[in-house]
Amino acid sequence: MTIGLAHYLAVAAILFTIGVFGIFVNRKNIIIILMSIELILLAVNINLVAFSAYLGNVTGQIFAMFVLTVAAAEAAVGLAILVAFFRNRGDIAVDDASMMKG
Amino acid sequence: MDPKLLVTIILYGPLLGAVVAGLFGRRIGAVASMAITTGLLMLSAVLSWMVFAEWTWGGLEPFTETYAPFIQVGKFVSNWSFRLDGLSAVMLVVVTTVSSLVHLYSWGYMAEDDGKARFFAYLSLFTFAMLSLISAADFMQLFFGWEGVGLASYLLIGFWHHKATANAAAIKAFVVNRVGDFGFALGIMTVFWAFGSIQFAQIFPQVAAHAGDTWMFAGEGWGLVDLACTLLFVGAMGKSAQFFLHTWLPDAMEGPTPVSALIHAATMVTAGVYMVCLLSPMFEYAPVAKHIVVAIGAVTALFAATVGMVQNDIKRVIAYSTCSQLGYMFMAAGVGAYQASMFHLFTHAFFKALLFLGAGSVIHAMAHEQDMRRYGNLAKYLPVTFAVMVIGTIAITGLGIPGLDLGFAGFYSKDSIIHAGYEAGVAGDPMGYFAWVIGVFVAGLTAFYSWRLAFFTFNGHARWTSEDLQHHWHNRDHARDDQHADDHASEAQIETHSEPGDGEHVSLPHESPWTMRLPLILLSIGAIAAGFAFAEKFVGAEHVEFWRGAIFTAASNHVLVGREPPEWIVLAPLTVSVLGLLIAAYVYLMREGLGARLAANRGPVYLFFYNKWFVDEFYDATFVRAARWLGDLFWKGGDQRLIDGLGPDGVSAVSMKVGQGAGRLQSGFLYHYAFVMLLGVAAILSYALWAWNA
Repeated sequence: MTIGLAHYLAVAAILFTIGVFGIFVNRKNIIIILMSIELILLAVNINLVAFSAYLGNVTGQIFAMFVLTVAAAEAAVGLAILVAFFRNRGDIAVDDASMMKG
Repeated sequence: MDPKLLVTIILYGPLLGAVVAGLFGRRIGAVASMAITTGLLMLSAVLSWMVFAEWTWGGLEPFTETYAPFIQVGKFVSNWSFRLDGLSAVMLVVVTTVSSLVHLYSWGYMAEDDGKARFFAYLSLFTFAMLSLISAADFMQLFFGWEGVGLASYLLIGFWHHKATANAAAIKAFVVNRVGDFGFALGIMTVFWAFGSIQFAQIFPQVAAHAGDTWMFAGEGWGLVDLACTLLFVGAMGKSAQFFLHTWLPDAMEGPTPVSALIHAATMVTAGVYMVCLLSPMFEYAPVAKHIVVAIGAVTALFAATVGMVQNDIKRVIAYSTCSQLGYMFMAAGVGAYQASMFHLFTHAFFKALLFLGAGSVIHAMAHEQDMRRYGNLAKYLPVTFAVMVIGTIAITGLGIPGLDLGFAGFYSKDSIIHAGYEAGVAGDPMGYFAWVIGVFVAGLTAFYSWRLAFFTFNGHARWTSEDLQHHWHNRDHARDDQHADDHASEAQIETHSEPGDGEHVSLPHESPWTMRLPLILLSIGAIAAGFAFAEKFVGAEHVEFWRGAIFTAASNHVLVGREPPEWIVLAPLTVSVLGLLIAAYVYLMREGLGARLAANRGPVYLFFYNKWFVDEFYDATFVRAARWLGDLFWKGGDQRLIDGLGPDGVSAVSMKVGQGAGRLQSGFLYHYAFVMLLGVAAILSYALWAWNA
């Protein structure tokens, strides 16, 4: 069995789905949300790289680099917010964080 | 003096008094208000007698004085004016005399009331409205006065507005009168539509020409004049408390007694009779309407007399008596004896006001007790009141000496009505015989209930004790104490009142002050002499000369100038009156207590009469319930459920629901927002793919 484009896309789709579910099924920890976002971004990266290799076009791989950069920055900012949040509330449980309403 | 100036002062004097006492009563004080209103009324009364004397003996010609325009729309022209003729001259003296005496009487009767300025203002306002009613030269001013007296009556019945029953009675009087006024208004419209004018002077000459016209009304073909007269008579029924629309009058006794004497005996309730007599040029061409008038009048006379026989409240007995006597007046008008009707109105005003004010004197003496079962043996303590009440009773029962043609007021006026009924019967009108039979029978009932009242109140054993009176005075002092808590003088009075064992302070009924006795004495002179002095003028040989065209009698109408009736016809009313007197004397004097035993049996006839023929109950079961049901339907169903439900309440409920639903979307949880975002992205992508592929 040769590994083809479809397999890569399938893995990416599975990762993406896991990431999405990780965001809104998870009720415990905000860190898991951050990790889930990373998963989604990685799923997108796999797609980009897979298409790049398949089409013989390097643009996709370059784009994946940008995504990685953004992901790193996002992780840094997210963790910083998380730390600030923990300092304020003493807790990072998602179920208690319902202050985002008017 | 110029009679036009006199009538102007007579008409507008009471209005001035009402305005001053009503608007500035608080500033100028009670005594000044009372003095101004009473003084102006006395002036009006004196001037009225001058005008009346000028009319009767001086040959004054009828005139109409116009002051100002009232309503002028096309042919619908109404002016503020004063129409002086025989009818209004008679009514002038009746209204101003009784009103001024009632003003004077109220000085004593209302002495302990806090609202004296208001009371006198209302009395004067009533007098003005009544005077503008009787002096109207067109239907519109008549209607103005008609409603004005209704308003004053409402205000005065409900004068003691802290009493719930008084308020209910005032509203009842107003509402029942609305029913009559609706007919009255329809009558005015019919007249205007048919004759193109509401001026009496322009309508009356046209009536004969329209006598044969027929109109469709309520699915029936009516004679035009019959229709107009019947509708107008519905108004008279309301105002004069005739059967079907009489229920307000007995309840109106909730008002102060002077009010009952002025409005509900002598003047306002006679407005209907006055109107029928005034419109004699129309009624003479309305045979059907005249029959209705006789039938209603006779039924009322019978009904009210039977009910009056068994009532125990002294004022209610007199109220039903008034109702019954008004029935007599309508009987007379209906058979065509308008002169006899006006004559009875004239004499009735004196003796009925006398009876009411006498009853007020008794009530005053008995500390506002109105139940006759708690009177008895008062002649000893109230000699003046007793004397005038006996005079009034003789006058109303019509005792006299037929051979000498001498008697008290009712002897002339009531007998002339009964004779007129007989004459109408002889002339071929079956309703005439009907009126005659009822008239004679009711004369007996009248004698019974009037003497019953007198004997029950003034003779026999006392059915009250001085403790009762003390109790009443005691309560009253307490009531006054509450108002003036720091008034130590009345505290001291209570001390003396509250010791029943102390022989020196036994409370006994006491005669009223002179302000109350003087009107009684003056009215009793009227009750004695009014018939004797004016019989010739009103209904006798000089009646054509006296009325001078104010009353129209058709060529075929001879009820008044008929032949000398047979002897037994003349004697019949007197005989039954004496019979009534004897029965009353037997039941209430010789076999004292018999009346109470008969009442205790509660026989069906007694209960039927005692419960006023169940008319109130019938109205309650039909009109009141139906109105309430209809009101409930519109209120709860129409307004609350339909209009409010779909309108404001519905809109607010829907907004609340939408808002609550939208509020639940904003949970504050990050993952909810993220999920919705995802759904949105998925939806947009799906749409985009679908759209671009397509």
